[in-house]
Amino acid sequence: MRRVLSLALALALLAGPAGAVNPDEQLADPAKEARAHKLSRELRCVVCQNQSIDDSDAALARDLRIILRERISAGDTDKQAVDFIVARYGSFVQLDPPMRLDTLALWFGPLAVLVLGGVGAVIYMRGRSPATASGELTAEDEAELARILTSDEAR
Amino acid sequence: MKRLLFILPVVGFLVLLGVFFVGLGRDPRALPSAFIGKPLPTFATAPLREGDAGLSNADFQRGEPVLLNVFASWCGPCRVEHPVLMRLRQEGVAIHGLDWKEEAPAGRKWLAERGDPYIRAGNDPSGRTGIEFGVAGVPETFVIDKHGKVRYRHVGALTPDDWEQKIGPLMEQLRKES
Repeated sequence: MRRVLSLALALALLAGPAGAVNPDEQLADPAKEARAHKLSRELRCVVCQNQSIDDSDAALARDLRIILRERISAGDTDKQAVDFIVARYGSFVQLDPPMRLDTLALWFGPLAVLVLGGVGAVIYMRGRSPATASGELTAEDEAELARILTSDEAR
Repeated sequence: MKRLLFILPVVGFLVLLGVFFVGLGRDPRALPSAFIGKPLPTFATAPLREGDAGLSNADFQRGEPVLLNVFASWCGPCRVEHPVLMRLRQEGVAIHGLDWKEEAPAGRKWLAERGDPYIRAGNDPSGRTGIEFGVAGVPETFVIDKHGKVRYRHVGALTPDDWEQKIGPLMEQLRKES
């Protein structure tokens, strides 16, 4: 009994997230299926927008998974297969957005905010900190002090 | 100058608040079509009505702007927009229909029961024709200009408000374009 339980536990731990890919959609060729699987994890389902088409149970996601596999079976490269879907649904479906002129703000916006904030913080801190003073008087200071104390200015 | 620096973060916060507030009211499903400004891809479907011609991209080069309405009898919001389409057809607006992801008899029954607002009506049981021009669900309505180019995509039921405020004026403007 114990052995069965531990075996069951081991198997349960082995199983990763299955995704919504149905067995009948999968390609017979494991290498091509692996490529299709990887690509479908990078494509957004336009029905349930925060899931990839690999995760989604939506009918349209299934259609797109099948189309992706058809393209790959037809000899498309990964890029061609993804471009086929992007041409129809727009760059929005790419969960990993490509770096382009119109996505620069997306890629570098947070960095720009960080830099601006950092510059602002530095300026603020500089303005606040008192002039550097160690507390010790230098020889020059001592001489100046002695001069003032012994002069008429002190009275 | 110093005071200005203090106000800056507050201004930034208010701008961000405004952006988020506008974002709240936006429908996340309403994505622009990847075909805006481009002609519809080449396609040809089987007819929905018996003994009729189907729908193809050539039907959109008629020299006048036309709506392409993607619908299905299994779709709830399509029931809401159907009377609007019927009214628009009566008013002389050109509308083509694409019955998406269902077999023709179901679509024909739908039109027989509720009226038929379409000039041309195509049937797309596999959904592949709709996918060719980026249909994500039903109903969706595309505004096609005189030259067969996609100018606007409306996601969800077409309400009288949508027509009066956005799509009607756009059709009027497209009619005037050369």
